[in-house]
Amino acid sequence: MTTSKSEEMSYPVDHPEHAGELEHRAPAGDPIPDPGLHDPGPRYTDVNPQAQKRADRQVAGMFGLASILIIASIVAYVAFEIETPEGVPNVGEVQVSNFALGMTLGLALLLIGLGAVQWARTLMTSPEFAENRKPLVSSDEVRQATLESFNTGAEETQFGRRKLIRNSLLGAMALLPLPAIVLLRDLGPLPGDTKENTVWAEGVRLLTDVTYQPIRPAQLELGQLVNVMPATYRDLPDHGPAKINERAKSPVMLIRMLPEELSPFDDRENWHVDGIIAYSKICTHAGCPISLYERTTHHMLCPCHQSTFDLADNGKVVFGPATRPLPQLPLAVDNEGYLVAQSDFTEPVGPSYWERGTR
Amino acid sequence: MSTTTRTGSDVSTSNNAVLQGAGKVVGFVDQRIAANNWLKRNLRKIFPDHWSFLLGEIALYSLILVLLSGVFLTLWFKPSMAHIIYDGAYVPMRGIGMSEAYASTLQISFEVRGGLLMRQIHHWGTLIFIAAMSVHMLRIFFTGAYRKPRELNWVIGLLLLTLGITNGFTGYSLPDDLLSGTGLRIIEAGILAIPVVGTYVSYFLFGGEYPGEDIISRFYAIHILLVPGLIIALVTVHLMLVWYQKHTQWAGAGKTEKNVVGYPFFPIYVAKAGGFTFIVFGFIVLMSALIQVNPLWFYGPYDPSQVTAGVQPDWYVGFLDGALRVMPPWEFTIFGYHVTPSVLLPAVILPGVLLTLLALYPWIEQRITGDRREHHILERPRNVPVRTGLGVAFIVFYILLWIAGGNDFFATTLHIPVNWVSRFLQVSLIVMPPLAFWITKRICLGLQRRDRDKVLHGMESGVIMVSPEGEFTERHSPLSAAQAYALTAHERPQVHEAGAPTDANGIPNPNYKHDRRRARISRFYFGDVIPKPTREELEHGHHGHAELEAHSGSDATSDQH
Repeated sequence: MTTSKSEEMSYPVDHPEHAGELEHRAPAGDPIPDPGLHDPGPRYTDVNPQAQKRADRQVAGMFGLASILIIASIVAYVAFEIETPEGVPNVGEVQVSNFALGMTLGLALLLIGLGAVQWARTLMTSPEFAENRKPLVSSDEVRQATLESFNTGAEETQFGRRKLIRNSLLGAMALLPLPAIVLLRDLGPLPGDTKENTVWAEGVRLLTDVTYQPIRPAQLELGQLVNVMPATYRDLPDHGPAKINERAKSPVMLIRMLPEELSPFDDRENWHVDGIIAYSKICTHAGCPISLYERTTHHMLCPCHQSTFDLADNGKVVFGPATRPLPQLPLAVDNEGYLVAQSDFTEPVGPSYWERGTR
Repeated sequence: MSTTTRTGSDVSTSNNAVLQGAGKVVGFVDQRIAANNWLKRNLRKIFPDHWSFLLGEIALYSLILVLLSGVFLTLWFKPSMAHIIYDGAYVPMRGIGMSEAYASTLQISFEVRGGLLMRQIHHWGTLIFIAAMSVHMLRIFFTGAYRKPRELNWVIGLLLLTLGITNGFTGYSLPDDLLSGTGLRIIEAGILAIPVVGTYVSYFLFGGEYPGEDIISRFYAIHILLVPGLIIALVTVHLMLVWYQKHTQWAGAGKTEKNVVGYPFFPIYVAKAGGFTFIVFGFIVLMSALIQVNPLWFYGPYDPSQVTAGVQPDWYVGFLDGALRVMPPWEFTIFGYHVTPSVLLPAVILPGVLLTLLALYPWIEQRITGDRREHHILERPRNVPVRTGLGVAFIVFYILLWIAGGNDFFATTLHIPVNWVSRFLQVSLIVMPPLAFWITKRICLGLQRRDRDKVLHGMESGVIMVSPEGEFTERHSPLSAAQAYALTAHERPQVHEAGAPTDANGIPNPNYKHDRRRARISRFYFGDVIPKPTREELEHGHHGHAELEAHSGSDATSDQH
């Protein structure tokens, strides 16, 4: 035991005149002197040959078992096919294959690891050491020499005197990031008015989602909610982003309630058809499609962040982090008796953005 | 250098084919880059042992497994949003329109043997990677391991955590299933809420309107190239710094600021750390064999007009989602432009502020304590009550946000309106962290008193003695010298005292205001700390009965306090 105990004991031990001085805050050996490294003594496996043999067998056993499991994993790969006859979901087969592969491989890895650790703990003979730390700051001489080397180099460039070279280089380097930014310009088009418009327009029919059927007012029962898309959506090309982008903006919920339950704003008196009323399905908070409707209260809840809107009261926010009511789609009936939009939404759908109020 | 010897079986060093082979390889390399110079110094490098030092290792090894399983997944995954009609092996989805990304994820799950296992390894491994980094960081924080000279590694670690979360999120988005698309949409709302540039950033990121057809391939490049490259580079620097600066250690007998006590890298940590790598691998693979994660065939392809109830992100995004849920509905306009703190604060400003505060904490603490020395001995959390209190307050704040991220779950489980849960959390987020700080600080001070008592009077032995007068007392058995030293090895913190406003000649001290402010902060940080006993107190406390070191004959030192 030869720790540098004597050296540490030379620190001042709690002298009041040193109070407040950082250097003297750490009196090692205060109030109890460092007893020095403790020798834990030999392990059981060090003194008992029987125990040593046992540990030896344990480690080798774990490594051996790992080999068997690795072979077993290859067997499992071949044995558990995951292709199944036509028309039958193969989820079960996949799960069996997953289980067999994962258990064999996982246990093999675990055993290799446990074996290695057990080897180190019980059999490897390394003693405990104390190693000295080197100072992490370079010595004054080295620091000085480095500074001199740098100064010499800087002198040799004559960087300080050749102002034209220096300034023109700095200028070029300052401009260099610009192309890197400019080159990213074509990442996307500018927003333009795309956020303000959807494919809803005057006379566009409301189609039931998925089946694309036009809707007559009489088909809707009291309290019923139907998800609808604009007829114009159907004509968009399947390939390319147009259709999925519109799918993110245009979805509408159609709800029927008693006309006397509605309390529309003055300029929205004629936006419903016999109590049938339509709102954007896209939450004004973070853009999730809203979906949980409570018939008795006419409340619509967003499942993402629980913003709640009153559909009888112009889509007003009654709870949650949303700041604006749901945009309402003005409705009418066309000459064939189907529900149509009077116009596009009168405000942008979805979450707020900087330019929202400027167009 | 001190050694404690262990007798063991003889180790044959020569005449061993494996060792000879290794020798040849080292010889080859040495003749080209003088590798032995480095190896000589480092093969037997000492590392200290403690369970809490394993947390960072878990992060490292799970990262390796995530990288390996990720490479496997790239062999089949198609980062394309092109619209196709599915006709693969998963029968319930046949005939349904979806993106190629989603279809290829189904292919990996249902047509590639071991594909589902690799997907689950990749997902579980990531969840554990980020969890291990987080807990590792808490360990570093609570023990003061970030103090000089390790501030750089603290910041690198924080960057790694941020990058890990970023990559977790981009990876979550790649399969283009209903859940991942919903998460992406919420990110879009966060971007849109950024004043002035938000809309443009969103259009540039998505290649136009949300969701567009570019985001998956762009995220793919970020997910498999950009961020992993940064992570690998930073992990390398992180480990090099740990290696170069040497590991911290706990206070204890024989351990000083100038040494490091432990076992040699070769062979002990080659075996232990190497073995632990396989244990972590094995654990994650077994989890992936037994516990299903992200069964995206249940969710279906992404459809921006649909969502499922009970939407939950991966755990590490939960606190941000929770912040979005409990934020009051604030929005205002300036000159007709919209600013939406309702989204901006929780989604952008909150993580920014948290990261900045965490990154700067080592320097903030240096300013408060005035302590700019090197530290290699870890601090017990109880001995720095204010830091520990701040840490616990942070944890409580984080957990409350996390609970908020599952407010619908708590509402349905507890049969109470979700509105109540949100209101309760809104209040709690303001009230609970200071409360947690105060309680933690009190607990720390209590533990410090207990340490002090133990050093002064020994440990409670559970043996009750009756004096001839009939008085009951508990016998205290003294600590061993090593135990007592470990409890008193920490520093005696000094509160910075402001000098007098004027000196002896009545000339005002120009720095008095600054000095007084420093003193106030210092008092806040150290003012209540229970001082460890001085040597005089120790001698007095023992009534001269016995030396503390003489613990073998312990009867004489029983204490009657």
